[in-house]
Amino acid sequence: MNIPQDLVYSKEHEWCRVDGDVVVIGITDFAQGELGDVVFLELPEVGDTATTGEEFGTIEAVKAVAELFAPVNGEVTEVNADVIDSPETVNEDPYGNGWMIKISMSDPAELDDLMDASGYEAMIGEGE
Amino acid sequence: MTDRSEPVRTPLFDRHTALGAKMVDFHGFQMPVQYSGIQDEHRKVRTGVGMFDISHMGEFEIWGQDAFEYVQRMVTNDAGQLKIFQVQYTGLCYEHGGLVDDLTLYRFPDHYLMVVNASNIPKDLDWLEQHVAGDVEIRNRSEEFSLIALQGPKSEAALRSLTSSDLERIAFYWFVPGEVAGVPAVISRTGYTGEDGFEIYIDDPQGAVTVWDALMEAGESVGIVPVGLGARDSLRLEVGYNLYGNDIWEETTPLEARMAWVVKLEKGDFLGREAMMKQKEEGLSRRLVGLELRGQAFPRPGYPVLRGDAEIGQVTSGTVGPSVGVPIAMAYVPTELAGKGSELIVDCRGREVEATVVGLPFYTRGSRK
Repeated sequence: MNIPQDLVYSKEHEWCRVDGDVVVIGITDFAQGELGDVVFLELPEVGDTATTGEEFGTIEAVKAVAELFAPVNGEVTEVNADVIDSPETVNEDPYGNGWMIKISMSDPAELDDLMDASGYEAMIGEGE
Repeated sequence: MTDRSEPVRTPLFDRHTALGAKMVDFHGFQMPVQYSGIQDEHRKVRTGVGMFDISHMGEFEIWGQDAFEYVQRMVTNDAGQLKIFQVQYTGLCYEHGGLVDDLTLYRFPDHYLMVVNASNIPKDLDWLEQHVAGDVEIRNRSEEFSLIALQGPKSEAALRSLTSSDLERIAFYWFVPGEVAGVPAVISRTGYTGEDGFEIYIDDPQGAVTVWDALMEAGESVGIVPVGLGARDSLRLEVGYNLYGNDIWEETTPLEARMAWVVKLEKGDFLGREAMMKQKEEGLSRRLVGLELRGQAFPRPGYPVLRGDAEIGQVTSGTVGPSVGVPIAMAYVPTELAGKGSELIVDCRGREVEATVVGLPFYTRGSRK
């Protein structure tokens, strides 16, 4: 199980790479493994508002559909068009080219509510 | 088979876990849903050969002097047309015409074999036993039989070196008793994928492991891969095969479910005949159809099917077909909307996606022989 140390994680299995006030968001290796083959993604538009804990998109895999939940409040500043065209990238490179959106955070202090790698590892360990 | 708290492991369980399969509880059986990934496995069956553990399927033998008359009264197809060593797809119906199950019927020289859905084993057995008449004995062999399916255009190449049976002479929907890798087995040219292939019945758990291992090794040169239930589902859906519990159930008749070709109303009396005669006379109010969706969507069972604003049916099975490349689904719709080209809408989680009724199968380039 790949859980990079330099990221923070939400309970809903999203990862966040923090870069100043902007976070890059994707789903974890664990999540893509559970979902199986990703077939397509519905993602928001640039300029949309993201609200912590609310749905910002959906991910359709062969076995199931899953909602994507915003881990922080803010504005969507970038959407990964490549991952929409090639959704299998989420399976192949969940922490790299499989990123989904960037959010400009309205309150970076919210990051404290997310888990570090060991916290996330413990959480998915409990579920097994 | 009674209530089971722990899902049953097939004799091949250790093989699946060693191969890194994701296991799921499927109607009380611990089965592999995928190994490398559903789409990858799906494509390999279409182009090469895949091997499936489908030991969860049920097997009933029908013995006795009156076995033929009994079978003929139970099933919808004409068992009288079956030659020795031939297989027939058929329905098993209630008096009201609804399906107890769909199954394959094998005619051996001295008995019949019914191969039924795992989810229906206790129900089918109960139904069959209720109607026993004359010299008939039903033997439930479900727990003894393992079943390995070899599917894909390279199936024969994978199997050839392991058996002395002349595979080329086994036509589609015929079988031979023989041996595979030295293990007594029934080799049946049948399947659930639209591809050429074999289903191999072995009534010895250790023998099943031997056959699995031998096929893995012998099939290596033709790229054999293990395939889970996930790809089994998308493979069968692309060729328009019904899945009991999704597309057919107790309240659907074979006539509504595109199974009229296995209902032989003229063969004499059988369970469900009267109801289906009446249904045929009055006309069907709904039919199971294939839908092709336009745009990005992943139709799933239960999604409403609309005509204008009115809900007129529900998706029974759906997927994005790896070999057809588009979202496909099956649904029951009113007969007047069931014709090819009929324009409908599938409500995919609140998003209305346009869909057209298309002819089945969705995928027509299979290697089935």
